[in-house]
Amino acid sequence: MTDHQAQAAVDRVARESYGRLVAYLASRSRDIAAAEDALADAFGLALRHWPKEGLPRTPEAWLLTAARRQLGKAERHARVIRSNEAELTRHIEEALEAMTHGEDGMADERLKLLFVCAHPAIAAEAQTPLMLQTVIGLDAARIARAFVVPPATMSQRLVRAKARIRDTGIRFAIPDTPELPARLDAVLQAIYAAFSAGWDAMDGVAGGELSDDAIWLGRTLVQLMPQQTEALSLLALMLHCHARRAARRRGDAFVPLAAQDTALWDDGLIAEADGLLVMASRGEGFGRFQCEAAIQSVHAARKATGRVDAAALETLYAALVRLAPTIGAQVAAAAACRDAARGLAMLDGVASEAISAYQPYHAVRADLLARLGRGAEATHAYEKAAALALDPAVRQFLLARMTQA
Amino acid sequence: MKYMIICVETAEDFAKRNDPVQAGPYWNSWSAYREAVAKAGIFVSGAGLAPPEMGTTVRLRDGKRLVQDGPYSDAKEQLGGFFVIDVPDLDTALSWAARCPGAAYARVEVRPVLQMGD
Repeated sequence: MTDHQAQAAVDRVARESYGRLVAYLASRSRDIAAAEDALADAFGLALRHWPKEGLPRTPEAWLLTAARRQLGKAERHARVIRSNEAELTRHIEEALEAMTHGEDGMADERLKLLFVCAHPAIAAEAQTPLMLQTVIGLDAARIARAFVVPPATMSQRLVRAKARIRDTGIRFAIPDTPELPARLDAVLQAIYAAFSAGWDAMDGVAGGELSDDAIWLGRTLVQLMPQQTEALSLLALMLHCHARRAARRRGDAFVPLAAQDTALWDDGLIAEADGLLVMASRGEGFGRFQCEAAIQSVHAARKATGRVDAAALETLYAALVRLAPTIGAQVAAAAACRDAARGLAMLDGVASEAISAYQPYHAVRADLLARLGRGAEATHAYEKAAALALDPAVRQFLLARMTQA
Repeated sequence: MKYMIICVETAEDFAKRNDPVQAGPYWNSWSAYREAVAKAGIFVSGAGLAPPEMGTTVRLRDGKRLVQDGPYSDAKEQLGGFFVIDVPDLDTALSWAARCPGAAYARVEVRPVLQMGD
């Protein structure tokens, strides 16, 4: 094993253990911040010792033992108030005890933690960052970069959310059946928001790596709730998009999906995504993420068949608009219309106050107008879209299209 | 944990209490709720309040007592009543708040009650 591989193995185990340990301790004390503080030094030690000494046989027991030792040094931990410390030590003892007796060791409470992070009593803007920090262990500065928020603002948001969880007494539990669909949807939305933040930022740009973190969360959720079709579908959706990462740019230029070189698409990820979709199709109902993943699957099939099934796309987008009537879905459905005039009519039906600053609306409108031979109007719409594009590569692409309209 | 279920009502909501048609259902729903809370063994305290125009505000300034008629704020919604319940967590408190009659016609806020010594 090279140093690099050793480090990667350590990082992987540390990440897996981090979420499990925070979840275990916090689900008992409701105090996420105290659990994080207690574990921070233990992880620092692990990242120094493990690459040299190899992974311990039971990494979590090693980490908990280190955390307990750190807690003992009370004076060094002005951040952790003493009453919490005694309670935390007790929970750590419990976990260590469980590990020596139980075959699976300590219970995996990460699912409960995910539901707490996406609890409706937590501010919407804090939910995804909270998940990234507590379940994966990302630091606030990196999360702030990904969401284009000053680091101090993000830290404060996270501190507030954790204090709220502790002080309002939010329950660490998997929601009861009547509430489960809505609560699970909030978890899925929060994971997808992390993926989108990474996706919009593109590779190399600050925050681009968040897509990997979101996929990791998606995998964790599927592992914890393998029967939930929407969890399977969200992972499938993210993997389909991720498979095309290498094809999204040619040099610095933006490459739209239809023009992407399918040789650059990742076969392994596509196969995994489609496998997940097959599993999802065995469940009941047809959800929003299942529909979105199916749309991406139709696009992915171009790699094997050389063509895009436009009729299937049109049908799926119509279904998506019914399942999740967002502006994004409506605009995408209009773009998928084989009849440009019908697409334009659909766009005209989108609420007007929502579209003035929505770049895809103007880009799709421009495209449809160009297809109908209405060059002057198309040029005007391309101008609007280009002015709204935040990504310089996308702006260039739209301006190039404009000259052809 | 103890939580206060705070029911905030508008003037129209307060008027229901004396409306010949609505008064019956209004009071019945509240006494049924009160009974359910008691039966569940979570009741700590609770009361309905007279409407805000029955409020009298007091301030002490420079040792002088300033008394004014009316509520402390001109807000459109005013405190109509409250329950304090003792349940394991916020989610249980929210379930009880959702069953409270006020949730259906007005707004209900759930707040943890500070423990003495906190």
